[in-house]
This record gives sequence, C-alpha cells and structure tokens, in this order.
Amino acid sequence: MSEMPDIAPIRVLIGKPGLDGHDRGAKIVARALRDAGMEVIYTGLHQTPEMIVSAALQEDVQAIGLSILSGAHLTLFERTKSLMDERGCGDIILFGGGIIPGDDAEALVAMGVDAVFTPGTPTGKIVEYVKAAVEERAENGAS
Amino acid sequence: MKIDQLARAVLEGEPRALARAISVVESGAEGASHLIDLLYPHSGGATTIGVTGAPGAGKSTLVDRLIEGLRAEEKSVAAVAIDPSSPFTGGALLGDRVRMMRHHADDGVFIRSMANRGRFGGLAPTTRSVVHLLDAAGFDVVIVETVGVGQAEVSVAGSTMSTVLVLVPGQGDAIQALKAGVMEVADIFVVNKADREGADRMVSAIESVLQLADPLPDRTPPVLRTCATRGDGIAPLLEALDGHRAWLRKAKRLQDFRIAAAEEELRDALGHHLTDRAIAALDEKEAWIERLASREVALPRLIRVAVRAIRDAPRP
Ligand SMILES: Nc1nc2c(ncn2[C@@H]2O[C@H](COP(=O)(O)OP(=O)(O)O)[C@@H](O)[C@H]2O)c(=O)[nH]1
Ligand SMILES: [Mg+2]
Repeated sequence: MSEMPDIAPIRVLIGKPGLDGHDRGAKIVARALRDAGMEVIYTGLHQTPEMIVSAALQEDVQAIGLSILSGAHLTLFERTKSLMDERGCGDIILFGGGIIPGDDAEALVAMGVDAVFTPGTPTGKIVEYVKAAVEERAENGAS
Repeated sequence: MKIDQLARAVLEGEPRALARAISVVESGAEGASHLIDLLYPHSGGATTIGVTGAPGAGKSTLVDRLIEGLRAEEKSVAAVAIDPSSPFTGGALLGDRVRMMRHHADDGVFIRSMANRGRFGGLAPTTRSVVHLLDAAGFDVVIVETVGVGQAEVSVAGSTMSTVLVLVPGQGDAIQALKAGVMEVADIFVVNKADREGADRMVSAIESVLQLADPLPDRTPPVLRTCATRGDGIAPLLEALDGHRAWLRKAKRLQDFRIAAAEEELRDALGHHLTDRAIAALDEKEAWIERLASREVALPRLIRVAVRAIRDAPRP
C-alpha cells in the first residue's frame, strides 16, 4: 500500500445529540462521507451539544453533521450553534438531518445552520454538499 | 494564523491552537516543518504510553479508564487514537472517541483521532510528531492507541516509554503471535474483558510464553486482568505503569529508550522522505518501473539511478 496523496482529507464530525437511540441514519451518512475520502469522527449516541462542540474543537474538523430524530432539533441546534460561536469555532460548517418539518428547517437556517437534509436525501447529495461547502469556506477564509 | 504565533499559543496551552497545529503537522502543509522545529525543543517532559491490541479488544474503553485514573492523580492527559484509512478511498471512520466522550468538559484532557493514512505499523506517518506536539503543549501523560498485534504493527512499542498490549480471553492466535516474537513489543500485558469466561486460562497462557523467553530478560512483563467496562483492574494497571517507568529510570534505561526511539523515528521518517523524493525526482518513473518489471534493469542499478536523481534534483 502506498502513501496517501498529499492533499489533506476533509475532517467531519458526525454526532447524534439528544435522547433517541437510532443512529442508523447517522452511520449511513458517516460511511458515505468516509467512502468519499473524508476522515469522519463519529461520536456516538446521546451526545450533548457541549460534548459535540468540544470534540469538534479538539478534532479540528471543517464540518459538523448532526442527526436528530427526537423532535428536539430546534433547541439542540440552537445550543450547538451558540456554543460554537462562544468557543470561537462558528466558522465550522454545521449541517443536520432527521425528521425536521419544513418550517423548522427554515428556522434552523435562519439561526445559522448551514444546511438541513430531510430523511431520504441521497447520501451522494450530502457528500457533494460537504465537499462544496468546505471548499467554499476555505476560499473565503484564505482571501 | 502565523506559524510562530500558533506555536506560542500551543505552548500557552490554548486548545484550539493545539488542534490546528496538529492538523498542520498532519497534513504536511506549508509551515509544518517550521512548527515542529519550534515545538520539538519544548517536548520530552511527558510520560508516553502506548496501548495496542486487536480491534474490539477494548483499547479505547481502557484508555478512557486510564484517563479517568490519571485525572484522579491530577495529571493532565492527551490521547491520540489511530484507526486505519481505507486503502481505496483514503477515507476513514474514526470511532475511538465514542468511548471517551465523558471527559469533554475537562480542560485537563485532550483527545485526538488520527487516520493512519495508509501507513503500516500501527502509527500514522505523523503520529510521533503529534505526540511531540502534545508533549510540548504541556500534558503530563500522552497515550497513543493503535490498532493491531501482528508483527507488522509494532511501531508503537518503540515510540512510547511504556507499551500495553491488550488481549482478551480466548484469543489463541495472539498466543501464537507472542510465541513468534511479538512478545518484545509489550512492557505490560493486559487481559481485558476479564468478566468473560477464560480469562484465567489466557493469563496463564501468556505467562507461560513469557517464561519461554531466551535469554530471560532482566524484567518480565506483568500480566494483568481488567474489565474496562466496569473499571476493574485499572488501579493495578496504573501501578504497573508507574513501576515500569521507575524501572526505566534506573540504570540509564530511559536514556537508552530515548536514543533508540529517536533513531527509529529518524529511520522511519527519513525512509519515507527519501523514497518520496527519489520517486518524485526520477525522470520517466513509469518507464523505469516497466523496465524493472520486464527485467531490463535490475534493482541495484535503478536504486543508483534514483539516488542520483535526488542528488541532481533542485532542492524542494
Ligand atoms: N464484556 C466486556 N466488554 C468490554 C470490555 N471492555 C470493552 N468492552 C466492549 O468491547 C467493545 C469494543 O471496545 P473498544 O474499547 O471500542 O475496543 P477497541 O477496538 O480495542 O478500541 C465495546 O462494545 C466495549 O463496550 C470489558 O472489560 N468487558
Ligand atoms: Mg479503539
């Protein structure tokens, strides 16, 4: 096996905050991102926003993806976003998926969540989104 | 952020800077060598512990417990956990952290997941440098979790002061590997999942292999039992680690370890660096490789050509 190419892989954290115990969706997305060449830090079930943001900081990820099925998406995303700003990593891309009604999705975007995917979104679309969003942010950051 | 500024922030113990610095080193990006130049002189104060063993043996769970125990002694702890990258896509699923999430609010704990990025031997290409960074950042203890117990997976043994090999009851293949000589890789043996059937048998099997060592070493590694999920056996493991460190400190062994580790680090890094450079400098690389494959040229000559190519190449 030869060494990997020089370009650093994108690092993404996939987490599952909240009380519900279904991480199938989160794992499918995690695997799809890995298969697209990304390094995916999977943090498991029942995470608090504090845990997720602190892990994202130490892992120096470019994106955080949260899967929320419990219906508590508004509070969980709001808390995550405000912690990110507080701790100086508001520049990390924040996206999410789960059972999120359209109105709530709009509310999430309004509070600064970068993208919201509804169940059934093809994983390829999420992969493309993460790639494009990371690239765009890197360009903006560099200028 | 400028590299000098970044280095200063790392030395001041700023976690975000440390996280960034690790990424810089890991990606080999511009500034990586400068950063290492600045920080390496500040390393050397930390105690380093390697935890290795087969996937699923309970290494991450055990590392979580070690962190807990060390924090109770008020030692700050950094952990680096390595998982394999896919050889096909370069991607990786890094799941070790799942077992260590409860330390999230503790400023005295820093955890970082690393993909091995295609490198054999249990470590990623930059793991040693990352350990130096964490050391320079002031952590009292740096723990490295690696995958594997095979003979190809022993790099960690030479790069951390104390190496713990984690086995589980019924792992007969590991006993075979130990007989074949992997024994030297561990300073402490742990039979984890001691809540399971067969732990006693596993401990005796390891002990009997250790007694076969010829010549008998001046220190026989202890074989301990743990149940990481319940937290049983952690205090004795921490004591054994202290004991091993005390043994290292005697008779200049620690100095010998440092020299050996430095040489291994140099050989490893230089080997890859020179290979990469030679391959990059080789004119018509594909043609040369084809000629090697078709027996038109033999290896010694191609090596001479490659070495000359490095010498004649403009400095990178
Ligand atoms: N029964 C039992 N299970 C354990 C023990 N330690 C870890 N495990 C479980 O073994 C599985 C793998 O653990 P993990 O720490 O991820 O192993 P690693 O792959 O070696 O890092 C998890 O489901 C753990 O809960 C133990 O002492 N006893
Ligand atoms: Mg693990």
